[in-house]
Parts: sequence; C-alpha cells; structure tokens
Amino acid sequence: MANFISREEAQRITERALSFSRADQARANLSSSETGNTRFAQNQLSTSGDATNATLTITSALGQRVASATTNIFTDDALRRVVETSEQLARLVPENEEYMGELGMQSYPASRPYFDSTGELAPERRAQAIAAVTEQAVARNLISTGFLIHEAASNAVATTAGLFAYGTNTGVNFTTTVRTADGTGSGWAGTSAHDFDDLDTRALGAIAVEKALRSQNPRAVEPGRWTVIMEPTTVGNMVNLMMNQLGARNADEGRSFFSRAGGGTKLGEQFVDGRVTIRSDPNDPRVFSTPFDGEGLPNKAMTWVENGMLRNLDYSRYWADKQGTQPTGFPSGWHMDGGDSTIDEMIRSTERGLLLTRFWYIRGVDPRTILFTGLTRDSTFLIENGEISHPVKNFRWNESPIFMLNNIEMMGAPVRISSGESSGLTNAVVVPPLKVRDFTFTSLSDAI
Amino acid sequence: MKRREFVRHSAVGAAGMGLVGNADLLHGILVPSTLGRGISQDRDALAAAALNAARTAGADYADIRIATNRTQRASTRERIVSGVMDSETSGFGIRVLVDGTWGFAASRDVSLDEVARVARVAVAQGRANRAAQRRPVELAPLDWTGRGEWRSPIEIDPFTVPIEDKVALLLQANEAAMAVAGVAFANSNMAFLREEKFFASTDGVITDQTIYRAAGGVSVTAVAPDRSDFQSRSSNEIAPRGLGYEHILNSDLVGGATRWAEEAVQKLSAKPVQPGRYDLVLRPSHLWLTIHEAIAHPTELDRIMGFEANYAGTSFISSPEAFLGSFRYGPEIMNIQGERTTPTALSTVGWDDEGVQPDEYLIVKDGVLNDLQTTREQAPWLSEWYASQGRGVRSHGNSYGQSWDVTQFQRMPNVNLLPHPDRDVSEAELIDGVENGILIDGDGSFSIDQQRYNAQFGGQTFYEIKNGQVTGMLKDVAYQIRTPEFWNGMDLIGGPSTYELGGSFGDAKGQPAQSNAITHGCPTTRHRDITIINTGRRA
Repeated sequence: MANFISREEAQRITERALSFSRADQARANLSSSETGNTRFAQNQLSTSGDATNATLTITSALGQRVASATTNIFTDDALRRVVETSEQLARLVPENEEYMGELGMQSYPASRPYFDSTGELAPERRAQAIAAVTEQAVARNLISTGFLIHEAASNAVATTAGLFAYGTNTGVNFTTTVRTADGTGSGWAGTSAHDFDDLDTRALGAIAVEKALRSQNPRAVEPGRWTVIMEPTTVGNMVNLMMNQLGARNADEGRSFFSRAGGGTKLGEQFVDGRVTIRSDPNDPRVFSTPFDGEGLPNKAMTWVENGMLRNLDYSRYWADKQGTQPTGFPSGWHMDGGDSTIDEMIRSTERGLLLTRFWYIRGVDPRTILFTGLTRDSTFLIENGEISHPVKNFRWNESPIFMLNNIEMMGAPVRISSGESSGLTNAVVVPPLKVRDFTFTSLSDAI
Repeated sequence: MKRREFVRHSAVGAAGMGLVGNADLLHGILVPSTLGRGISQDRDALAAAALNAARTAGADYADIRIATNRTQRASTRERIVSGVMDSETSGFGIRVLVDGTWGFAASRDVSLDEVARVARVAVAQGRANRAAQRRPVELAPLDWTGRGEWRSPIEIDPFTVPIEDKVALLLQANEAAMAVAGVAFANSNMAFLREEKFFASTDGVITDQTIYRAAGGVSVTAVAPDRSDFQSRSSNEIAPRGLGYEHILNSDLVGGATRWAEEAVQKLSAKPVQPGRYDLVLRPSHLWLTIHEAIAHPTELDRIMGFEANYAGTSFISSPEAFLGSFRYGPEIMNIQGERTTPTALSTVGWDDEGVQPDEYLIVKDGVLNDLQTTREQAPWLSEWYASQGRGVRSHGNSYGQSWDVTQFQRMPNVNLLPHPDRDVSEAELIDGVENGILIDGDGSFSIDQQRYNAQFGGQTFYEIKNGQVTGMLKDVAYQIRTPEFWNGMDLIGGPSTYELGGSFGDAKGQPAQSNAITHGCPTTRHRDITIINTGRRA
C-alpha cells in the first residue's frame, strides 16, 4: 500500500483538528501523497527521488472574517496550534462579503481514479521502463533523455457543518526527448495515465527515436500563415489555454475573451467550429478526476462547449449566488471530441503544410483574444503534395486557440496526452489531432 | 508565464500556503525568531543518524537538508481581503552517491528512526539506478569544510508585523488605484518566506542558514466604457527581494498604485505600434528578464551537457570547449557576473545546497564567454578549460533545491550585467542617440526557444522615441530577437546610476519542475535595429 493517509486516518485527523475550533465555522483540507520520479540523460539515469508528504490547512471564519493556516505535523499540539493560528488571523482581518460559509454533507459522483499498478511502483520498475528507451537510443547511436514521475495521493475535506469528503488518485507521466549525437536532430514522445499498465515506454521511445532520425538537418522555410497538422499534444496545449479562461466572473466583468461587447457574456453563442465539443466528467474513465473541489463542492459532469457553442462558464459559489445561478465546480480533467481522420489521411490531403510534434514556452501575449506565443520543437516537418518531404527549422508562433478552433479542416481520434510543458503530474486531457489552416508563425528559430 | 502560473510556481506557493505560528507574533510583539520551531529534535543528532545510516547501507557520499519553511500570504481584490494564509511545514531530504550514482529520498516525519529509514531508501534507489550507469559521478573538492551560520540581512521580521497592518496597506493601495477614473479592478498581494535550512554532509560541512524573502505587488485593470478593450498594468518593477517587511514599506505600493492605475487607463487610448525595426532603450525593470532568459539560462552547464533536454532544453553554447574563450556574446563593454553575495538579492546565501561557499566569477568578460555555472558534479567537466587558464577546479556554489522534498541541482546565482566600465552613462544619453525607437519599462510577456536563440518579450509600458525625444505611449508591442545578434547590437550601456535589481520568485527548471527565486542586476541599455511586432489581433 502506498504511503498516504487513509480514509480512517483522514477522518481522525480532520475531526480532531476541528474539535479544537472555536470559530463560527471551520474547514479542514488534508492532502497527502507518495511520489517517485526518475530522470535520465545521456542514456543513463541521472537523478531520482521518492518523497512522502501531507499537509493540513484549517480555514476559520468568525462571522465574515476568514483566514487559513497550514501545517504538516499532526500531533495534538500541532493541530491545536494550526487551528488557533487561523482563528487569530481571522480575528484581525476585515470582513469578506464574498465568503459563502461552509458546506454541509454533499453527494458526489462515483470516481475511481486509483490504480495499484501506479500506487505500488518501485524504483526498479521505473528503471526498467526507462531502459526500454535508453536501449533503443544506444542501439542507434542516439542520446536519450527523459522523465518518469508517479504519485499516489489522497485528498479530504471536512467542515464544522458536517461535510466529509475523501478521495484517492494515482497518476503517472512519462516523456522522452531523443537527440542525435551531433545535435542536428531531435524527437519527442510522451503521455500520461492513471494506470501505469497503460503506459508503453518502449513504444514511446520508438517514436522519439524515429523522429530524432527523421528530423536531422532541417531546412528553413518562411514563417507566415500555414496549414498545420497538429499532433494531439499541441492541440491539448492550445485548448488548455482557452479552458483556463472559462471563469464566469471575469467574463461578466468585461475583462475576458468570453465577455460580450456592450455587456454580458458569450454564453449561448457559437464562437468556434461547429465540430468542437468539450466536456468534463469526474466519472469518465478517460479523464477521471477528484469528484469534489477544495470547498467540498461536487464536480459535476459539465458540457463547456457543444457544437461550437459556449454552453457553460465556471461559476464559483459566490459568483453563482450573485448572478442567480448554480456553482459549476471545475474538474481538472476534460475531453474534446474528435473525428474519424487519421494523421496519415491529413498528410495525404495536404498540398503544402507542416506537421507539428510539440510546443514549448507558451506564454500569454494578449488576454483580449487569448493570444499566446510559443515555439515548435523536437521535429517539425514540411508536407508537400500529400507526403512528408523533409524536416524544417522550428518556428515561433503567435496564435490563439479561438482562431485555431475556427480554422479546423480535419479531426482525428482523441487520445490522452501529457498536457503540461514540464511533464509533471497534470490534469487528464484527451484531445484529437487536428488539421488547421492559417496557423500564424512569426519568425524562425535555430534551436534543435 | 501567466501571472497565475507564476504565483503557483513561486517559491512561496510551492512551499505551501498557510501557517502555524507563535500567537505572540501575531499581535506585533517582537520576539526572537523561532528557529527550527517545527523540529523538536536536535538537528545535529538527526544529521549524524542519517549520514551514518547512509554510509552503513553503502553510500560513498551523503548529505541531508533539514528545513522548516514559514510562509505568509495576504491577497486582496478591490475592497475585499480574498485570502490570508499562513504556513509552517518541515521535513528533510537525503541525497546519496552509491558507486557514482545518485539516490534521493525525503519525508515530513523528522525523527531519528525516520531519517535512518529514508537514508536506506535513498541508498537502495541509488543501487537500483546504478544498473544503467555509463559514467560515474565525481565531485569537485571543497575549498572549505567546517561549521557555519548565515542569515538574510533583514530589518523587520515580516512575521512580527500584525496582519491587520498588512491588509490595511493592500486595501489602501487598491483604493488609490480605483480613485483613478476608468479603473475598474485592482488586486494586490504580499508574500513572505522564512526558510530555516540545516545542511550536513559526509565531507565535513555543517551549515545553518535562515533565509528571508519578501514580495509585494499591485495589478490594475481598466475597462473601456463600451467594453471594447481592457488593459492591465502590474507593479513589476517592485521586484521581490531577500528582505523583511521593510521591503514592502520601502516599495510605496500606495503611492505607486495611482501611477500604475493612470498608466492602465492611458494604455486604452495609446497608439498601436507600427510593426518594423526600431532601436530599443530597456530599463532594468524590463531588461533583467531578457538577461535571465538569453544569458543566465544558456550558461548553465547541466543544460549545455544535455541533462535538461527533455524540458528546459539545451543551449546554443555547445560544446563548452568550442565557445569558452572565443564566443563573442556582445561588445567589449559587456561583462556578466555570477555571484551570491549582493545584499538583498534572492540567490544570495552563505553556502549552497551542497555546502559550497559560492564565489564571484565573470561568465562574460569584455564581451567574450569566460565561464559557466557549476555544481560539484559539474565543475570537473571544465577541468581542461580551467587548466588552460591557470585556475583550479572548484564548484561555483550554484546548487539549490526548492525545498526539502526534492533533490538539489544546478540553479543560477545572481547573474548581473555590470554597468558601463568607464563612465556613468545616463538614460537621457541613451535616449538622445535614438532617431526611431521605443523605451520599455517593466517586464511583460516572455518566451524563448529551448536552445535560447529566438526570444519574444513584451513589457508593462512602451514609449515612442523620435529624434532623441520621448513622444508618447504605444501599446501592443513585442520584440523578437536572436540572442547573439541582440547582445552584439547593444551599442551603449548605462552607468552605475542606472543600475537596479530585478527578479522573481518563480523560475522553473528540472523535472519535477522546481522553482528558484532569482535576481538580476543591470543598468539601462540601448539596442540597435530590433524587430517589433504588433500583438493586437481582433477576433
């Protein structure tokens, strides 16, 4: 059994802590995890780490005065001190009219995002999974680097109003970058999973090796507006940027792409291609997530975008109350529907375009249009007359997921990706590959 | 990085939000610092137990970091206190070398039994990793062994200042911003860290350091009356520092809020920039980030050698032998210094996270690449270069781990662009020589490729320069550069009177990504013939 706090232990610690509370209302958030990771570089393991940690945060409210305190020690003395500290702070801060009070018992959707294969993963097994990549690289005289990280974790929320919620989850992420010894080619592959048994590092290594070899000695082609075939990782990176902007409050306040000129929001408007549908559901095995948020509010199944139309925005409890609607919750995982085209079919249908593997250093430029900048890396190919003709130099792009999702030509089957740039344990994201026209590249990069 | 990510990745954020405190502190009574408060055991005894257990299990080298992190954050929006969070967490991490292979393990349970157990876990892990070893790790020798203490040079311990004073100051800053016509929203925040870090290694170093960090900021948003536009201005020139509460008091957030608010409103009607080629005059509040991305990162030796290829990337500086002593980074007036001694800078410490006293060195000397950032593992990789220069092999003391639960690795020191070597060039002189240019204040959007060639930077405010005069505000400005041409196009740099420190809590590197707090000192500079794009695009 992985070393995290069990339901019974969580109940005991949160009950004990709340028993010391003298506030009008209080909440305990207890999270614990056992994490392990192994890095490799130059075809050998470089560093690795195993850690266990747990933190308890107490939020105390005296009327509308609210403050929080955190500890990672759970002796009676420490629990008493963390509760007292939050109360002393709360006593001294002004009233917060947006504090909504603590929730009582809730019912949650079933969700089973825990797998023993990940929870019990030992360093030896990590080393074997990595050897499946380094061996292939060594055999082809290539240099492999990469990262495997896994976690088994529990989260609990308890309130003085009688709420207790507890959930466990596991996650694993594996990515590898394989480079040629002379530095003229670079390939990448990676994904994430809840279940370590879903991860095939040998197959991912083979993709990265193949791309490293094919991407050698790239030629420069002009930046500008290009038809692009986006592998799923790049699609997920872009759509994530839009998902992060779904806050209802900013939209209502006129400082979001989802604000409507003249007042109100874009709810109910079609704003992207009619084939775009994005949903989240804590109980969907493809995008399992914890069924409650930090306040203990249930994360319901939600449709955010349906047939290109904005169906929902993310309402906090306060903002929903103010606007006379229901809070939505915001599950960490999400899923975007796709189509039935394969990447090969997308390539064959393209007279002149680019195939994109991975994006890098994605940063906001203009929030009014969700415009971001970033670069391609680790294999970018020119497509001419329905075939990959040769590798090309990387580009800087300045583009928005909104423009991109309005320019869709073809869609493929959705797959789970490694959704964060640092290949950490991030939310479950399932997206299709896309063929998109008029993707904006603004300059060339010499980086390989 | 977006502001939200920035905060999430910040050292304070990573250390956790919340606190366990001494009740007296909260009422503003000055009491001595509660050193090692979360840890009841004698840290010398814990360290001895850990290092002995590691050696007995077969480690050739071991070190332990035992830390207690105290953090406090207060955040507001408009007239609301949106969060007050205080945290105190403790734990330890043990790193071992087994036949030249690293192992690392960590736990929050700071007890004699647990340090011994975790030491054995680290050794077992090193042994498991050894199977794939191709080149064993060797450590550079230490110049110094012994026992030492170091503290950040603070004046006011932020944890002794009453919380009501802190939130009152933030709310006052928001009021000042919202008093400006056209301003709809104002957020402000403060964050403080005290890290008590005890280090011991089997090489005979024991250090006890208390590190403070403080940050405060305001962000103002103006919305056009017809909701056709919105513009924000952040107080990015107020850089976080290795200081106490005096940093907040000296930053004058309330006075600044009025100006930031006026500038946010002014941006709504500013002239959109015409894309093209311009000369740039860059203030330190902006330039620190360009130095960070285009000089500090590409001169990290682990990155150059491919150890970060899967995330942070490699470097255009490859191989080191081909570049050291010959690569012209910029003009002769360009000198880049690495150090960890500048008072109040965020990388400043007594010893790094493997017990090395950092030294001061020139990464770029008279415009030519001269040295690279190293740890004990990396310094020996440059032994031929050092021998050719008549220098010994020693780590520059650039090892750091963001907290006790992750392994330490190479992180940048304070990397500074030194002011003009000969005279005190003023900003007016820099502007005077520009026919068609842009003056940039504050850092904004930033992105650079994984080998640090192609970068794009925005800013907070932009001013048109025509024939040596600043003529008015511009908006939607970003510049795109290729690193070597950008620095070689720097034709004049400001003197000591223009020199300032910029920085951030949130520099990510490594896997899992670790956050490093960074400071870069620099003067105002001038750069010729730079590509400007217009970032305003309509849906």
